[in-house]
Amino acid sequence: MSASGNPGIGPATRLHVVSGKGGTGKTTVAAALALALADEGRRTLLVEVEGRQGIAQLFETEALPYAERRIAIGPGGGEVFALAIDAEQALLDYLQMFYKLGGAGRALRRIGAIDFATTVAPGLRDVLLTGKVCEAVRRRGKDGADWAYDAVVLDAPPTGRVARFLGVNHEVAGLARVGPIHHQAQAVMRVLTSPETAVHLVTLLEEMPVQETADGVAELRAAELPVGAVVVNMVRAAERLDIPLPERDPGLAAALGRAGLRGATRLAGPLLAQGREYAQRLALERAQRAELAGLGRPVRELPLLGEGADLAGLYRLARRLREFDWAGGA
Amino acid sequence: MDDAMNEGARETGQAPVPALAVDPLLDDPSVRIVVCCGSGGVGKTTTAAALGLRAAERGRRAVVLTIDPARRLAQSMGLTELDNVPRPVPGADRSAGGELFAMMLDMKRTFDEIVEAHSDPARARAILDNPFYQSLSAGFAGTQEYMAMEKLGQLAARDTWDLIVVDTPPSRSALDFLDAPQRLGSFLDGRFIRVLMGPAKAGGRAGRKVMSLGMAGLSLFTGTLGKVLGTALLRDVQTFVAAMDTMFGGFRARADATYRLLQAGGTAFLVVAAPERDALREAAYFVDRLKADRMPLAGLVLNRVGTSAASRLSAERALAAAEVLDAKNLASNGIVDHPAGDDASRSGRRSPEDHSPAAPGGSDAPAKTGDDASDRLAAALLRVHAERMRQLAREERTRARFTALHPEVPVVEVPALPGDVHDLAGLRAIGERLAGRGDQPTFA
Ligand SMILES: Nc1ncnc2c1ncn2[C@@H]1O[C@H](COP(=O)(O)OP(=O)(O)OP(=O)(O)O)[C@@H](O)[C@H]1O
Ligand SMILES: Nc1ncnc2c1ncn2[C@@H]1O[C@H](COP(=O)(O)OP(=O)(O)OP(=O)(O)O)[C@@H](O)[C@H]1O
Ligand SMILES: [Mg+2]
Ligand SMILES: [Mg+2]
Repeated sequence: MSASGNPGIGPATRLHVVSGKGGTGKTTVAAALALALADEGRRTLLVEVEGRQGIAQLFETEALPYAERRIAIGPGGGEVFALAIDAEQALLDYLQMFYKLGGAGRALRRIGAIDFATTVAPGLRDVLLTGKVCEAVRRRGKDGADWAYDAVVLDAPPTGRVARFLGVNHEVAGLARVGPIHHQAQAVMRVLTSPETAVHLVTLLEEMPVQETADGVAELRAAELPVGAVVVNMVRAAERLDIPLPERDPGLAAALGRAGLRGATRLAGPLLAQGREYAQRLALERAQRAELAGLGRPVRELPLLGEGADLAGLYRLARRLREFDWAGGA
Repeated sequence: MDDAMNEGARETGQAPVPALAVDPLLDDPSVRIVVCCGSGGVGKTTTAAALGLRAAERGRRAVVLTIDPARRLAQSMGLTELDNVPRPVPGADRSAGGELFAMMLDMKRTFDEIVEAHSDPARARAILDNPFYQSLSAGFAGTQEYMAMEKLGQLAARDTWDLIVVDTPPSRSALDFLDAPQRLGSFLDGRFIRVLMGPAKAGGRAGRKVMSLGMAGLSLFTGTLGKVLGTALLRDVQTFVAAMDTMFGGFRARADATYRLLQAGGTAFLVVAAPERDALREAAYFVDRLKADRMPLAGLVLNRVGTSAASRLSAERALAAAEVLDAKNLASNGIVDHPAGDDASRSGRRSPEDHSPAAPGGSDAPAKTGDDASDRLAAALLRVHAERMRQLAREERTRARFTALHPEVPVVEVPALPGDVHDLAGLRAIGERLAGRGDQPTFA
């Protein structure tokens, strides 16, 4: 797939922002993508910002500290690091950076400023979180020549909030017209709106998540944020049903009897009804697929894992994601 | 689903889970408020709307307070504009003497109304026009929860309805509905915002120092101050804080008052969950929390449960039977009658990426005999059934974990309907299932 065919997934894509409707699998897909991008000799960083320790749960490790640490080796042999950004710590870093106020944490906490900044005012939280993510994206490696991470994958807030989350620095830059905050905000926005960034949206083949994906794509485009791929998660393997489904089949009960089933006459009706429901669901899924195809973004499908997304399942998803092109040109 | 439930109970050696009866709850005149809680996307709005409709059609004068309903559902209830006022739902059957009203919460407007009700007109204007207020009233975490509770308090205070059914905001955690209002109330009444009012109120030199720290923190949010304290935005903030002066203390008190309303006897909580690990885990936390806060839990609505009218036939038996038919088909035709090149077909599956038509009617390979055609149909239907039974088994395992933690909580199961629920007929169907009625399929 050529880079020009996928403006959101250019050759330079290094920050993969994974959003989507709640519960569709953002955390799972972000983790699988971080694994998938960790080719031999490469390092990826998986970042979470919602303070839920979702990464630790997924990788079955203890809670992550506010520090980057290696949590896995990708199926391609590269290293995956993880970071759970803590808004309070990020705030203290920030105060230190701009005001040399790092030591003032206790005083701030006493008057409720930390609570305010980290739980009540999402705008400020988002400034801190996106700032930290972009810092990791722009960080140079030890020798100064290469990037510290070849790719950063962000388990982002859900679709309804993501444009606002990513766009918060734009507002800040507009409010603070000069000074260090202005420059910081501008630098963050430059990263987020550049071809270096792609915002992927995770969805299911259901009406509401698909609708939310369409709305999300429109909103991101309006905010001039680069839309990446649509990831359809939990796709159920379709049972073969490529035969005509009659209203009723007088021979069905006999066929079930030939298969060795008892009570075949009472089975025929319910099984046929299930078949029809199933066909209805397939038709619905087809309609949703068409809707997604119409968004003009590459669509990637991931299978439903029978036993939920455990570690083995996560690697299965990662291997599947490796079959797709995420950096363009490949 | 009775079968599956009893089987589950038998497997785990537990007493059967008590059944939740919603009709007695809806008919009980002492029940004035029903709150539908649960994690995101499980069916809170649908359940709330279905309960409101059922209550109204059973004779109560009910109002449903919905939050962010899906567009089509809102339209079906006659909610075309977000005007923050309950409107009668035209399609509800009034023959039992009841009536249904519905509204969508407008959180900004509810916030504005609080300001208007508690300040003189000039001050109210000053607050409402303040840019700082405008961004914060729409953007604070917890505003939606706070305003939902506020609206509930307002509806309860008017004696217009004898039953209020409350939907809760889409949040990851059901606990947010209980916690967020107080968090926001504490902030609005709290020390931080007082510090912003100026050194005089915070007191002396120490106050001034703390104040400058506070401003530093705030300036990161607004991004305006840089190193200098004293810009247009700082003025906005201070004007806002000064104008709000009369209201301090009120926010927390209001949140507390509604919280107490929820603890009162006329309130019943329903926890909604889907038979999925995360949703049931959240539901279990929430049940613990209600108990700790002495809030009355009526039970668990397990929504979108998979069902089968042929649940006596196990997945394994169904697959084995399908294979018997495949073998017969192979024997009579010489080949298995599957499209060439589809090597996933032997296992009866397609890879999910391969979504070329797998739909009924896709193949028109003529059947040699009527028996052959019936055999192929039976084999396909048996595979579909096996898949469904596996899904049911997964749900049952997930659900058993909740039951082990809370065997005492009454449960009602609502089956997954084939399509979305977006009209009154759909809501009525959900209502029937909530009441334990509807065509519960059984295969004896
Ligand atoms: N492909 C899959 N197959 C089966 N289960 C999956 C799959 N992807 C995710 N899940 C499961 O679905 C649930 C939700 O996934 P996840 O936590 O990744 O979603 P999320 O979008 O991050 O949710 P939230 O909005 O709560 O952050 C989890 O239990 C996860 O294990
Ligand atoms: N029993 C059911 N069968 C089929 N579809 C259902 C069922 N219950 C709910 N739905 C559908 O599931 C979707 C989500 O339902 P709903 O909006 O009520 O969830 P919610 O908990 O209010 O979500 P949110 O947390 O986003 O507010 C809707 O499309 C609804 O029509
Ligand atoms: Mg998540
Ligand atoms: Mg809802």
